[in-house]
Parts: sequence; structure tokens; C-alpha cells
Amino acid sequence: MPFLELTGIQKRFGDVAAVHNFDLAIEPGEFVSFLGPSGCGKTTTLRMIAGFERPTAGTIVVNGTDITHKAPNQRNVGMVFQSYALFPNMTVADNVGFGLKVRRRSKDQIHKRVSELLELIHLPDKASRYPWQLSGGQQQRVALARALAIEPQVLLLDEPLSALDAKIRVSLRNEIRAIQRQLGITTVYVTHDQEEALSLSDRIVVMSEGRIEQIGTPFEIYNFPSTGFVARFVGTLNVVSAKVLDPTAGTLEAAGQPIRAAGPISGGHPGDALTVALRPEIISLGARDGMNQLSGVVDDVTFLGAIVRVRIRFSDDSGAISFDTFNNPHLAVPDRGTAITISFPPEACLVLDRAEIAAAAAPEDLDAA
Amino acid sequence: MTNAALPLSAPGTPSARPVRRRFSWGWLGIVPFLLFAFLFLIAPTFYLVIGSLQNAKGTFTLENFAQLFTPSILQTYENSIEISLVTALAGGLFGFLLAYAVISGGLPGILRSALMTFSGVASNFAGVPLALAFVFTLGRVGLFTIFLRDVLNIDIYGAGFSLYSKIGLEIVYLYFQFPLMVLIIAPAIDGLKKDWREAAENMGASSFQYWRRVALPILMPSLLGTMILLFGNSFGAQATAYQLTGGFIDIVTIAISRQMRGDVLYDPNLGYALAMGMVIIMAISIAGYSLLQRRSERWLK
Amino acid sequence: MRYAARVAWWLVFIVGVLYFFIPLYGTLAFSLKSKPFLSAYTAILNDPQFVSTLSYSFVAGILTIIVSILIIVPTAFWVRLKYPQLRPIIEFITLLPFVIPPIILVFGLINTYSKQPLAVTNTETGSNALLVAAYVVLSFPYMYRAVDTGLRAIDIHSLTEASQSLGAGWIRILWQVILPNVRTSLLSGAFLTLAIVVGEFTIATFLDRPAFAPFLGLVGDSKPYEQAALALVSFGITWAAMVLIAVLGRGSRSRIKVTIG
Ligand SMILES: Nc1ncnc2c1ncn2[C@@H]1O[C@H](COP(=O)(O)OP(=O)(O)OP(=O)(O)O)[C@@H](O)[C@H]1O
Ligand SMILES: [Mg+2]
Repeated sequence: MPFLELTGIQKRFGDVAAVHNFDLAIEPGEFVSFLGPSGCGKTTTLRMIAGFERPTAGTIVVNGTDITHKAPNQRNVGMVFQSYALFPNMTVADNVGFGLKVRRRSKDQIHKRVSELLELIHLPDKASRYPWQLSGGQQQRVALARALAIEPQVLLLDEPLSALDAKIRVSLRNEIRAIQRQLGITTVYVTHDQEEALSLSDRIVVMSEGRIEQIGTPFEIYNFPSTGFVARFVGTLNVVSAKVLDPTAGTLEAAGQPIRAAGPISGGHPGDALTVALRPEIISLGARDGMNQLSGVVDDVTFLGAIVRVRIRFSDDSGAISFDTFNNPHLAVPDRGTAITISFPPEACLVLDRAEIAAAAAPEDLDAA
Repeated sequence: MTNAALPLSAPGTPSARPVRRRFSWGWLGIVPFLLFAFLFLIAPTFYLVIGSLQNAKGTFTLENFAQLFTPSILQTYENSIEISLVTALAGGLFGFLLAYAVISGGLPGILRSALMTFSGVASNFAGVPLALAFVFTLGRVGLFTIFLRDVLNIDIYGAGFSLYSKIGLEIVYLYFQFPLMVLIIAPAIDGLKKDWREAAENMGASSFQYWRRVALPILMPSLLGTMILLFGNSFGAQATAYQLTGGFIDIVTIAISRQMRGDVLYDPNLGYALAMGMVIIMAISIAGYSLLQRRSERWLK
Repeated sequence: MRYAARVAWWLVFIVGVLYFFIPLYGTLAFSLKSKPFLSAYTAILNDPQFVSTLSYSFVAGILTIIVSILIIVPTAFWVRLKYPQLRPIIEFITLLPFVIPPIILVFGLINTYSKQPLAVTNTETGSNALLVAAYVVLSFPYMYRAVDTGLRAIDIHSLTEASQSLGAGWIRILWQVILPNVRTSLLSGAFLTLAIVVGEFTIATFLDRPAFAPFLGLVGDSKPYEQAALALVSFGITWAAMVLIAVLGRGSRSRIKVTIG
């Protein structure tokens, strides 16, 4: 039985529909991320779970109890805010102990629990500091401890790391995940950073314009995106225009060269124009038997550290393809202007239908958002 | 500051220049201000300090200060302090509620800017016009007095009220006190983050608990600091009281002008000493204000 | 927000509005009792002293604003940019006029500037200048606060360094870069100053200047209706000036947005 269940959730702000028909069931102890571009309704959904927004329609059930109309202070749902929202007039210990004080726990109990939590977040020596005496990462850890202090049924985090710099972001997200596993607490995590979502979550909910695009494990989301939006939003994608040759055999023509898709192209007719998407890490350099092959000219080489990203262009303007090779000092990186051939398996071809071609025009924008 | 100065004293520049640059003439930038403040603020005030330590013949004496402790003058200070205290507390409290109502009370946003501009005018609507407005309203035959008497059957003057007394003056002062509170406290109320309230609720706090443990402690330095400012504001007011009572109310500013104007009681040196006593009280209150101000600035960052 | 709370806040607001407007209404009602109708208003408009004292006060106010801006803006800018450690001192000095009430200030000024060799008050121009100087001092707390808040909101270090690297000198930086960016706060400080000057009674009286507030006091009991009308008109004028800030301030904010990004 799911622990947290959202059924038919809708939210309108006046004329703006921020969330439509949101259905989601989360198992006990599961770590679920909401991933999507800015303004897609992630925060709004999270705030409805916390009780700060009333859904226009739908129900929210936690552990068998309908909490849709409960006041936020009756829900026992812990929330970590993007801006930390630590109380500036209280020390770290008082901040963490706030929820227990509100619940009229004894001083000893509060003290004991606060020490435990400060231990958990590795800040035992900062108990009597004030928030402004802490770094951003430390403040966010205190905010996490504060949310956990009340032993909430569900933990909600709204882009908790977005105000921190890249290094701390990685270490703190691992810490959050470790604590979450240790406590086994059901968690909803909002982010617009796909790497964060992929590395942390048991399951990811990809959202766009207030709707769920796909729910799945990181593996499913990344490798088997069910819509063009998900394919483009998660990961970096090559988009090439192609023409259908034989829909039943699944053959296409891209850059004037024949390639094969994994299966038949449903609803396609010979000569139809469509788009093929390819992930860069699936493409390899050189001709390989049994694989699709495309030849072109090296257009650009970008050195990314462990990886080298090579972009090749085709004679007929059908687009460019980037692919990655490992940075091996013993192997020569192709020079610009040289002719090369790349290979990729038929399963790597994501055939996007016509409606998605228009949307595919701006994948960079989505990544940036 | 160091950032901006850095390129100028970078190593490698000819040796004579960095030395001169380090011996910066930059402080010249604030000389006009200091000069002006000295000429028209500090020197004249200093003159009072000297005057308060002299008698009419110009010889040094502490006599003037000793006179401050005579019962009648102590009574004058007491009146001023009482009026200032009452109007600072009442004006501060009501001004805060009013500011909170328009900022966070869920009233239409337009009311906020209307109240702010209005408060800007009203906080400076002191002196003659203000006194007149209240005479026409709460005077013996004022509009509101008559309204209370004829319509609601409350005869306030019959019950001992007088606009020309302490309580009357307090009501009049409130007219500029609470708008001043609204103006100064508004940024502090804006500084209360919505997230704090939500975080508190999220941890199970009721509205009351949020106010008691979070909002009020955070606002307290600003609240007290602004009330201190209100205290000083009403302590220093003169024109309103003068116009309202014709100079017949016993408060410090009126006493000073009486001593210096050369009416019956002419003793400018005593006037200076009275003024010094006032400066000291005001200085204490302003010092308290900036202390609290610094504290709340740190919090609201 | 709960319904009851909302009602309570509305009540607070209504009480505030009543406190604001009942005295104004009382004054208006009284001024309208003059016979024939509106004669109090026609009388003051035809009173040459009304026009002359009011324009005197407005001119004094505008001069005060100009001098105050010329003194405060460079100081506040310079202190923020180079001498942050001096800020408490400057702030303290600008708060002094709150501590030293006008009655004390004016006597200090008269004593300092009425004797040789500084006998400024002997001449008309000298007295006027002294009045403006005193008003500039009174404007310090408002002007400095306003400008300092405005400067805090923009990144003056980057703006200054950017302009310097583009070859601008200090005058140009202040005039073309800093000033336009603190225009809104400057305006609010300016109009508050104007409101103070137009209503100021004590200093003008003791320096014996033909300003508006002393005139208002002198109209006296002999012409109560005119007095009421004048009180109201002075309030209305100040109010109009404040509304002007709001409007101009809004205009400048959108313009700033365009220039920045
Ligand atoms: N209080 C509100 N009033 C009106 N519209 C709102 C309100 N809150 C959110 N919205 C709108 O609802 C939509 C979803 O907003 P939401 O904050 O949930 O986005 P988000 O996915 O969290 O984006 P981000 O990644 O930028 O935080 C947006 O179009 C937003 O403009
Ligand atoms: Mg959000």
C-alpha cells in the first residue's frame, strides 16, 4: 500500500492552471524527485503536500489518512526550504528544537534529540551559533535537522541545494541521501537539475507545464524516455532530421545515408520527414559491423576532462551530431576537418514524431532552465 | 574598499606614486559634509553647552544645572517625558498594527501605497495646521465634540476632557506619531519572511506560537528602536503645543522658548541648561535607537 | 488568511483612516461655514501674503533640497565606497537633528551668527541663507537615510569600477551613474524635506522670516475661517507633493529596469 498518495490533484491560481491531474503513489521509505523546468509546478505540488496551498481538486492521503484539508501545522510533514528559512533570532539548537518545543516536550528530551540530530548532520559543535554565523551549506544542514526533529511522516525538500556552490552541492546531496536511507523516511525532493535527480532518486517524476510527463526509475527515465520532452530534458541529445524509407522494416535515411531503427515506424509512410534523437554516450568512433554507420567531417572537438566531445557535421545540412570518447592519452583525438565514421546500435535511435519536432527546436533552453 | 584601492597600489608602479596614493586624499570627499555639519549643527549646539555653563555676566557656573533640579523644572521634564512616553507607546503600537494590516493582513495592495504616502504627509503635519485641525475637531465647539454631545449624548468636556491639557496634547501628537511608526516599521515588517511563518507552521506551531517565538523576537529591536525615535520626536515638538495652548502648557520645549524669548522670565542661560538637559535625554534615546537598529539589521540581512 | 483575522485587520485600518480624516474633515467643515459659501477660500487666494509666504517657503524648500542633495549624495556614496568604517559617525551626525530640536538649533544659530565677525543675520540675504542652512540640517536624517538605503540596493562598487574602467571621472560617475540609480530614494527624501520646510514654524519664527507656517499662526483668531482654510490648503499641497513622489518614483523604477536589463 502506498504511503503518500496524490489523486487527481489540480491547482489553479486565478486563470493560471499550475498543476493538472497529478496522480502519484509513493511507497514507504521511497525517495522520489520532481524534475522539470522552471515554472512547471514542482513547488506548487510540494506546497500542497505541506498544506501551504489548497488543491483546487483532488486528495492527498498520507499513511491512510486524508490530509487534503488539514492545516499545515497539523500534518507532521517536514519541509526544507530553498532559502533555508532558519529563524534568525534563535541559535542552531533552538532552531532544531523548535518543533519539539511547540509540541511541549520536556527540556531533557529536546536536548537529547537536538544533540542526536546535530551529530547526524555533523555539526555537533555549532549548537550555540546563530544562523548568520554559519555557511550556506551548514545552514541548509541545520534546516534539514530541524525538519527531521519532529520525526515527520514525510520529508519534503524544495531545491535545497540550489543556493550552494557546485562542490558542496554534490557532497551535501550524498549526505541527504545517506541520512534519508538511514532513517528510512519517505521523501519528496524537488529539483530542476537532472543530474541531481538521476543520482539521488528511487523514482523520478518528470513534469512539464503542470503535467506529469513520465514516472520511472532513473534508469528508465534516462534510457527509455516515453515522450520527446523527457528525452530532451534528461541528458544531452543529438537531433538529426531524417526521412522514412520503409516503415515496416524501420529503415530511414539520415544525412543521405541509410540507417535502421529498432523496430517498425508506426504510422509512418515512405518519404515522411521526421527527427531522430541520439544520446552522445552511445555513439562510438569508427565503423562497426551490424551497427548503423554515418560518415561526416569533424567540426569541433571539446575537451571535457575525462571525456572528449567530438561534433561532426554532414555534407547536406541535416544537422550535427556530438558524441563522447574517453580521453585516452595514447589515442589520437581526430582533428578538425578530418572525415570520420561513427557507429551506433539501432536501439539508440529515438524516433520522435512530427509534433515533437517543433518542440525539439530548443533543447538547449530546456537544459539551461 | 580594499578592492577598489588595490589596482592603484599594485606592485610595479613607480615608487613615488604608491606612497602618495596610500597617503590618500580620499577623505576630502566627506569634508563638505563635515564642514557644513560643524558650522550649522555642531558649533551652534556647542554654543549652548558654553552658555549653559555661564551666568548672565559670562562667568563660569554650575548654577543653571543646579536649577534644573528645582521641583517646578523637574515637573516640567516629568510632563514632557510622560507625554512622550504615552504617545510613543500608543502611537508605536497602533502604527505597528496599521502597518501590519496593510502589509501582511490580506488587505488590497493599493491600500498599502495609499497609507504610505499619507503617512509621509501626516508624520510631518505637525505645528500650526495640526493644532488648528484639532481645535476645529475636538475643541470645545469642535465638530467631533458636538457630534459626540448631540448624537451620542457624550459630553466629553463635561466629563473633564480638555484638548488644551496633557491628554489633549497626547491625542494631537498621536496624529504624527503613528504615521511615523508606519513609515519606519514598514521595512522591518517586510523583512519578516513568509518562509519563517511556513517553517514554523510546518513544525506544528500555531499562529500564536509563531508570533511569540519567532516574529516578535525578530521584530522587537525594530519595534523598541522605532518607539524610542517616537519618544524623541514628541519630546522635541514645540510648535504644535505652542499653537494649541498658547504657550501655557508646562513642557520642556515651551519652557525653553519662554526663557529665551525675553518675556517675563528671561534667563537665556537657564534656557541653555534646560536645552542641555533635553539634549542629554534625547542623546540617550538615540543611542538606544542605533544600538537596537544595528541588532535588527544583522538579523534582517 | 482566516476570515476573522482579515476582519480584524480591516477594523484596524478603518480606525486609522478615521483618525487621519476626522480632523481634516472637521477643519474642512469649519472652513465651509464662512458666509458667503467658500468666501474663506477666495479670501486667502486674494491675500497677497498667502501667495508670498507660500512661495517663500517653497523656494526655501527647493533650495534646501538642492543643497542637501549636493552635500549628502557624495558623502553617502563616498562613505559606502571607501570609508565604511566612518559610517556610524556620519550616521550619528545625521541623526543629531532628531536629538537637537529646532528650538535649540535656532537659538544656537542666532547666537553664533548674530555677532561680529559672523553677523549674518544683519542682512536679509544672510538670514535667508541661515534659514536654508538650518533646514538642510533638518533634512539630514531623512535625506541620508533615503540615499543610503538607495545605495545599498545597488552594487555601487561594481558600478563605479565599471564606469572607471570605461574612463569616467568622479563627477560623471556621480552624476550619470549613481544619481540616476538612486533617483527614487532621492525623490522620497526630497519631498519629505519639502513637507518639513513648508510646515516648519519654530526656526522661521525665531529667524523672523516671512514663511508660510508663521503666517498661518498669525492669521489668528480674527479670521478663524481663513485659518481653517489655510491649514487645509497647506495639508493638501504637501499631500499633492507626496503623490507626485509616488508617481515620479514609479516612472523612474521602470526606466531603471530598462537601462539595466
Ligand atoms: N501564488 C501564486 N499565484 C499565482 N501563480 C502562481 C503562484 N505560485 C505559483 N504560480 C504559478 O504556477 C506555476 C508553477 O509554479 P511553481 O512555483 O510550482 O514552479 P516550479 O516548478 O517550482 O518552478 P521553479 O523551478 O522555478 O521553482 C508558475 O507558472 C507560477 O507562475
Ligand atoms: Mg520552485
